[in-house]
Amino acid sequence: MTAMLETKNLGISFGGLKAVDGLSLKIEKGQLYGLIGPNGAGKTTAFNLLTGVYKPTMGNFFLDGEKLTGHNTIEINKKGVARTFQNIRLFKQLSVLDNVKVGLHNDYQYGTAVGIFRLPAFFKTEKEMNRKAIELLEVFDLAGEKDYLASNLPYGKQRKLEIARALATSPKLLLLDEPAAGMNPNETQELMDTIRFVRDNFDMTILLIEHDMRLVSGICEEITVLNFGTVLAQGETSKVLKDPEVVKAYLGD
Amino acid sequence: MKNLNNMSKTTKKNMVTYGIVLAMFIFCVVYTTTGMASHLFKGLLVPICVNVILAVSLNLTVGILGELSLGHAGFMCVGAFVGSVFSMVTEETITSVWIRFPLAFLVGGLSAAIIGLLVGIPVLRLRGDYLAIVTLAFGEIIKNIMNNLYLATDANGVHFAIGVEAYNNITFDALSKKVYINGAMGITETPNDSNYFVGFALIFITLIVILNLVHSRTGRAIMAIRDNRIAAESVGINITKYKLIAFVISAFFAGVAGVLYGHNLSSLVATKFDYNYSILILVFVVLGGIGSMRGSIIAAVILTALPELLRGLSDYRMLMYAIILIVMMLVNNNETLQMYTQKWFGAINPKKFFDAAGSKKKGKEGVS
Amino acid sequence: MNFLSYLISGISLGSVYALIALGYTMVYGIAKMLNFAHGDVIMIGGFVVFTAISSSATSPAIAIICGIAVCTLLGVIIEKIAYKPLRNATPLAVLITAIGVSYLLQNIALLVFGSASKNFPNIFKWCPDWKVTEGLTVSGVTIITIVVTVVIMIGLTLFIHYTKPGTAMQAVSEDRGAAQLMGVSVNSTISLTFAIGSALAAVASVLLCSAYPLLNPYTGAMPGIKAFVAAVFGGIGSIPGAMIGGILLGVIENLSKAYISSQLSDAIVFAVLIIILSLKPTGILGKKISEKV
Repeated sequence: MTAMLETKNLGISFGGLKAVDGLSLKIEKGQLYGLIGPNGAGKTTAFNLLTGVYKPTMGNFFLDGEKLTGHNTIEINKKGVARTFQNIRLFKQLSVLDNVKVGLHNDYQYGTAVGIFRLPAFFKTEKEMNRKAIELLEVFDLAGEKDYLASNLPYGKQRKLEIARALATSPKLLLLDEPAAGMNPNETQELMDTIRFVRDNFDMTILLIEHDMRLVSGICEEITVLNFGTVLAQGETSKVLKDPEVVKAYLGD
Repeated sequence: MKNLNNMSKTTKKNMVTYGIVLAMFIFCVVYTTTGMASHLFKGLLVPICVNVILAVSLNLTVGILGELSLGHAGFMCVGAFVGSVFSMVTEETITSVWIRFPLAFLVGGLSAAIIGLLVGIPVLRLRGDYLAIVTLAFGEIIKNIMNNLYLATDANGVHFAIGVEAYNNITFDALSKKVYINGAMGITETPNDSNYFVGFALIFITLIVILNLVHSRTGRAIMAIRDNRIAAESVGINITKYKLIAFVISAFFAGVAGVLYGHNLSSLVATKFDYNYSILILVFVVLGGIGSMRGSIIAAVILTALPELLRGLSDYRMLMYAIILIVMMLVNNNETLQMYTQKWFGAINPKKFFDAAGSKKKGKEGVS
Repeated sequence: MNFLSYLISGISLGSVYALIALGYTMVYGIAKMLNFAHGDVIMIGGFVVFTAISSSATSPAIAIICGIAVCTLLGVIIEKIAYKPLRNATPLAVLITAIGVSYLLQNIALLVFGSASKNFPNIFKWCPDWKVTEGLTVSGVTIITIVVTVVIMIGLTLFIHYTKPGTAMQAVSEDRGAAQLMGVSVNSTISLTFAIGSALAAVASVLLCSAYPLLNPYTGAMPGIKAFVAAVFGGIGSIPGAMIGGILLGVIENLSKAYISSQLSDAIVFAVLIIILSLKPTGILGKKISEKV
């Protein structure tokens, strides 16, 4: 069976600095996988490689067996990789509903002229889009706020909306960049339930970056620890977290 | 059911906008037919329609796409000249003004749109500042070229030249010579087909197209790019394509406004379409509230009518525009200033000011 | 022979563009904004020098110092009143404000000085023309322009690399947040940048008006835009880039005026901009500016 995501010796250097150096990992379909490491370890850079924001200077990565190295962000999203951002990037002046509908852009199509002249396809597709979007919002308990401007949502809900928007692109692989950042313990607990729910109900493979060890040990089956761009440890979460090398990297000497 | 309610909310807001335009139209009809209207008032009607179309179309670029174009008058210029030449050429072949005039709008608008595409392709991929400079430069180039362009026909065919020396070197068959564009003198015999009925019809068409566009899949993609380009890319939206769509449609309607303008006066000179005109259109958009179509309409009407009705202002008019641009930006974008203005004047935010119907519910989607 | 004289006057015009482009490029590098009003500061500088010379018997040297002082002050005031409150606003808002300031300066000048062009006096009469060979004469103004520009370029480069405020400018341009954490005052560094840029604009105004003596409220607009093109050409944010871009643009403009068409030379300059932006948006010496994800 091919892995959902496989990276082989993936890396990028800026100038002389190797931000990510020889990252190899394998995530099976339906797995919840964690990518952890101290600040500046290259975690977000790895996400940027996997989403085509940066082109890798070495190695390759494969989604469901298909090589995606060298594709741009848009193509990679269409192939089935969606992400959220460490510093939330919502469409602030759009409503909550429209944020999700932008995510549905490529799955529910009609032409610009159809929209301008309000042809029947417009009403039909918009209706389907609304239904699908609200369905997604309900998963994240955001349906009640669908007409709010995204920027008016509280912080925790903005993070959830970002996940909903990413899911709207019907990905095979979901990349979450610090989904629990800035959340209180209750919200984090709730988020963990939501992530599990998404994995189970959307048949999703999830790779997440997180600093909150409670969340990581609570939901990730396997993790990779990055330090200075290289893999420090890899494997089953509970074992890796006990690894003395990992503890040292986190707590310092 | 909730869904339907939501749909009708935006529709309702748009209906208010259409209603305002309809009310203005009815007012004009009543006022002019009862004979109360002055000559000055009648003369202002078509320019007001021209400016409303310009303002609404520029707002598509500035408010919805979030990019600054300083060459809107240039696109208008293209439309005006192409439309006028079209009407002059076809005056004898297409005798019915009902067919000729709409065709002139289409031809003028399309040529402006094509130029918009040519200007937009290299620039829209880059940082916003470049678009401002390039459109400004483009506006000047168009003005420059049109100011030096000669177009004439005679029995030997079509002649065209750039620069008066080149023009004087052409030997014409004097009997059959007909001049269309005469360099700096421009066009002198444009058919006077424009009137405010046509003007209002065009305002409605512009509004319907742009409001429908904004509230559609394409419009959402455009606004998503405006709000966060990187996030839009991450959900698979083709940035250049949607930027171009917005920019080209905006240029198309600037061209349409130009055709209306060109058919209003019997003479047409390129120097009218200068940087100052582009700035004036930007002032409409900024005063009316960036992104608010309704605001643009009201601001365009007021700022077109006011200086003409109050002649004494004319010396300070452009100074006033400059101050409007600066003050509006400072008041709307600086938190400290915003706090003070809210304390002293309630909300002076023009979007809310013009947008009385939609302002009560905070945090709702706001494109009117 | 003719070609050489076109080339030299092109270099001279290009030197003026380079001085103006410096103002754009420094402000762009440090405040990350396009100061649209920069060209109009030149125009104001021209009027100040003109008024000082023509209204009283001020010597040209004092008039130029007045011009530099007024422009420097004007640049700093513009920054404080119009741009500083918008430091966290969208680029669109800043750009519209800058256009508003540019338009304001033009129209204040229009109200004060009127739209008729003034004849700027030749203040470089003392510098003799240089007769290189038969048929090739380089005017005094041209020599002075080139010399002044080269001196300023060298001085500015030394300033940026070897003084404390210069290093602070580099730091703010590299990373504003980090510079602030290291104790660099971002506000005063930005003010200093505007001051230097505007002072250079005043110098440029004297050179520009001496070479092209017609002075009116729109004098600054076109050279301002062309200097921006020059800055983009050389690579925005780069000081040597501004020099190279300015001179290349001046030469291109003058040669196309001479050999293609005088009416279309502006169009050719802008066509150059569009071609550069399509092929190499970062310019000749520019760095790639990528947005952080």
